[in-house]
This record gives sequence, structure tokens and C-alpha cells, in this order.
Amino acid sequence: MADLIANFLFDSFGLTLVPWLATLIGIVAGILAITLPLLLAVAMSVYMDRKVWAAMQMRRGPNVVGPWGLLQSFADGLKLFLKETIIPASANKGVFLLAPALTFILALVGWAVIPFDAGVVLADLNVGILFLFAISSLGVYGIILSGWASNSRYAFLGALRSSAQMVSYEVSIGFVLVTVLMCVGSLNLSDIVMAQKGVSLGVNGYFFTPLFPMMVIFFISALAETNRPPFDLPEAEAEIVAGYQIEYSSMAFALFFLGEYANIILMCAMITILFFGGWLPPVEWAPLYVIPGWIWFFGKIIFWFFVFAWVKATVPRYRYDQLMRLGWKVFLPISLLWVVLTGGYLLFFTDMIK
Amino acid sequence: MTLLKHAARTFLLTEFVSAMGLTLRYMFRKKATINYPYEKGPLSPRFRGEHALRRYPNGEERCIACKLCEAICPAQAITIEAAEREDGTRRTTRYDIDMTKCIYCGYCQEACPVDAIVEGPNFEFATETREELFYNKEKLLQNGDMWEREIAINLELDAPYR
Repeated sequence: MADLIANFLFDSFGLTLVPWLATLIGIVAGILAITLPLLLAVAMSVYMDRKVWAAMQMRRGPNVVGPWGLLQSFADGLKLFLKETIIPASANKGVFLLAPALTFILALVGWAVIPFDAGVVLADLNVGILFLFAISSLGVYGIILSGWASNSRYAFLGALRSSAQMVSYEVSIGFVLVTVLMCVGSLNLSDIVMAQKGVSLGVNGYFFTPLFPMMVIFFISALAETNRPPFDLPEAEAEIVAGYQIEYSSMAFALFFLGEYANIILMCAMITILFFGGWLPPVEWAPLYVIPGWIWFFGKIIFWFFVFAWVKATVPRYRYDQLMRLGWKVFLPISLLWVVLTGGYLLFFTDMIK
Repeated sequence: MTLLKHAARTFLLTEFVSAMGLTLRYMFRKKATINYPYEKGPLSPRFRGEHALRRYPNGEERCIACKLCEAICPAQAITIEAAEREDGTRRTTRYDIDMTKCIYCGYCQEACPVDAIVEGPNFEFATETREELFYNKEKLLQNGDMWEREIAINLELDAPYR
């Protein structure tokens, strides 16, 4: 990216940049090239979410603002933008305002390592998957800070629930990641995608292999990790109104909302990369490679986002003890067992582990 | 065997899968809702919506200021003041309905001996301020003029059941 911009400036304006400036401009351009479409995607995903739920509940969903209601999210955003940011009198002002920003930033930072196509990645880290895992764990901070800083019982309860839930499900997500990276032998996300090329019967992706149960566990844990239904206990509106978001209004709320959806899309991207063959076409068939990789990638993300919305329309909310039971007593043992089985298989039948 | 069956059902998530299938099927069903502002559901002739004061076909207002509606109004939303007009007939000088108090019970319509006050089929009279919902005689008569056709049809349709 940096070279590209430096060359462009030299060719068209005869400018030669200092190397560090060229690098800086390259990085900023790369960040913008990811973030701006991502924010657009977040807006459209809110719309898609609402449309899918509406369709499954035999309603119409947003259809007034713009053609087919496509501009609904922007209208909502504008409405939130024009409102007043109310800060409770007894709130810790600094932390109160920091929390939504943190949630939003962390949701965007994770995208730095996501490969959109072969070689199209902002930071091709060799520990990309650990980076993603670390960023998604940091997401808890935004929530617990908001809950604490609001100085409200509901917000605090919601934050406690949310952090406990996210910490619990991170454990099983961690083991799922371990299983995948043992099979791949690399922590680099691009390597993980390439390892799935034609992995079983010409199908690109691990979903057709014994790793399928891991995919299901990862998906369900991702629901819990992003506080999506049926695990949206942190904001259970019947009990604690809106949980940690209760004291927030205007842009602060909008940042939480955007961060939440950016996180959901990030989780969809993670499932796509880990199990669904990333930017590769679904099956190993030459004509399918005519379509550019990023289209396959976005198509798969959209598919997984649809499944997220689909689950919300289907499953009622879990009780908190059921949620904890599922996380600790079902997913943890199963994913641990799968780590052992996969490791054992790789050790005895392949030469991947020396 | 039952244990095995139970385990298989639990781990294969059969119930979830069938539930997901159900919602997916419902996704392609016909919508149960209508496209509201552009498309409206049917209303009964007895629908009790926005109030209106009617006139006789010659343009004379029907209300004779008997105050039966004011008396029967359970929410005490109606205020009437009466006086004699130049031609010697008894008429209202003031006929106010506080629409924020009204409970849309329709008693005023039932009490009216001359079918003057009626609840029309209009239910879309939201306002931006509270004050706009304090209807006076002028507003009510204007409603009557605007909705006379619909009100007359509804009264006629409902007449056999009275």
C-alpha cells in the first residue's frame, strides 16, 4: 500500500515523499479503506437484521425511508446524532464517555488483521488469530467500564452479566481456535484460509470435516460473545431494561450500537476465515475463481450475518444459569475433548506435530 | 436406548434445527401486516374515532344544546354553553371537547337526540402540541363538514342494528 501511494504521487505530481511519511500515508489510507466500508456495512447490517426478523415474524420491517427502507439506519443515526448526550449527575464523566469509544474502537481494531482476499490485509500478522482473540477479549472492558461509570444498578448488573458471559465463552472460543490452528499449523489468518483449500472432497472450508462440531460451538459462543440473542442477557429488556447501555443516549449510545454490530460482523468474518474458507469459493472448481475473492468473503459474511439474525428470530432468551451451564459444562468439555482428539490424531497419524 | 436417543437429540441439536427450519419457512409466508400509511385495514361502521358536529342538509347545525352529551360524558371532556340565537332557537355558544381527556366511549353519540355529535371514522388526528387537541365548536363543525359522507354512510349501515 505504501509503495503504491509513493509511486502514484511520484508519477502524477513528481513528488518524492520521505519514507516514513509514505508509510504513514499508506497506513492511514489502508485504515480508511477498511473502516469506511465497514461503517457502511454496519449500517446496512442493522437494516438487514431488522428486515430478516421482520420477515420471519411475517412483518414488513423498515420500508419507508429510502427505497425499500434502505436508508433507515442513516435516519436512525441522524436522529441519535441530533439528541443530547445526557450524563447522569453521579456518573464518572471521563470513564462514562470513554467506555462507548473503547467499545467502538476495539470493534474496529480487530479488522486490521482480517484478510479480505489473497494478500489483501492491512497487517499480515503471523499471530493474527491471537490478535483477534485478544481484541475480542478486550471488548469486555468497554462494557464493564460503562456499567461501573453509569452509577446505576441496572447498568452495573448488565455489565456484570455481560463480562461474566463473555469471559466464560471466551474459554471455549479459545479451545476452538486451538483446534483449528493445530490442524493448520499456523497462527496467520491467511495461512488458515489457504490450508482450507480443497480440504475435503474438493470443498473449501473445514465445515465438511470432523471440525464441524467446533464450528457449531464457535458460532454459538460467538452469539454469546457479542451479546446476541438468545444470549442477550446483559440487555434483557424485561429484567434490567437495557443493561449497561441504560444511561447512554445520543452518540454515546450510537457508538455502543455501532460497536456491537461491528463486533458481530467481525465474528462472522472470523467464522468465515476459520471454518468457511475465507475468500476461497465454496468448492474447488476453476470457473468459481473468476469471481474475485473479496466477493466470496463478503458473501460468506453476509450468510453468517443472516444466520445470526435467523437465530435471533428463532430462539427465546436463555436464563442466566442455563447460559453459564452451557458455557462451562457443555462447551468447555466438548471443545477440550476435541482439542485432545485432534491433537492425538495429528500426533499419531500425521507429521504435523513433531 | 432412551438415554441414547436423548443424547443424540441433545448433541445433534435436532430441536434447534427444526425450529430454524420453521422460522425459515415463515420467512417466505405472506406478510400478516399491511403497509400502513399507504394501505389501511377495514373499519367497522361503529368505529369510534375523532368527533364531529354534524349539520342538516340545509346547512343548519344539528346541535340544540341539550347538554345530554356533557352530562353523560364519563371523562367530563365536553363543555357546553348555550344561549338563544336571534331567530329564537336554542344553540350552543361554546362546544369544547378536550380530546386528551376523551376516552372514546361513544356515550355522547348515544346520548345525542339529534345525531349531532358523532364519532367519525378518522383516527389519524395526532398533533404536535397538546393545545391542538382542545377542540372547539368551529373545529368540530369543520370535522363534520369534512367527514359528512363517511359518517352518513356509517350511520346508515349501523341503523338496522339500533
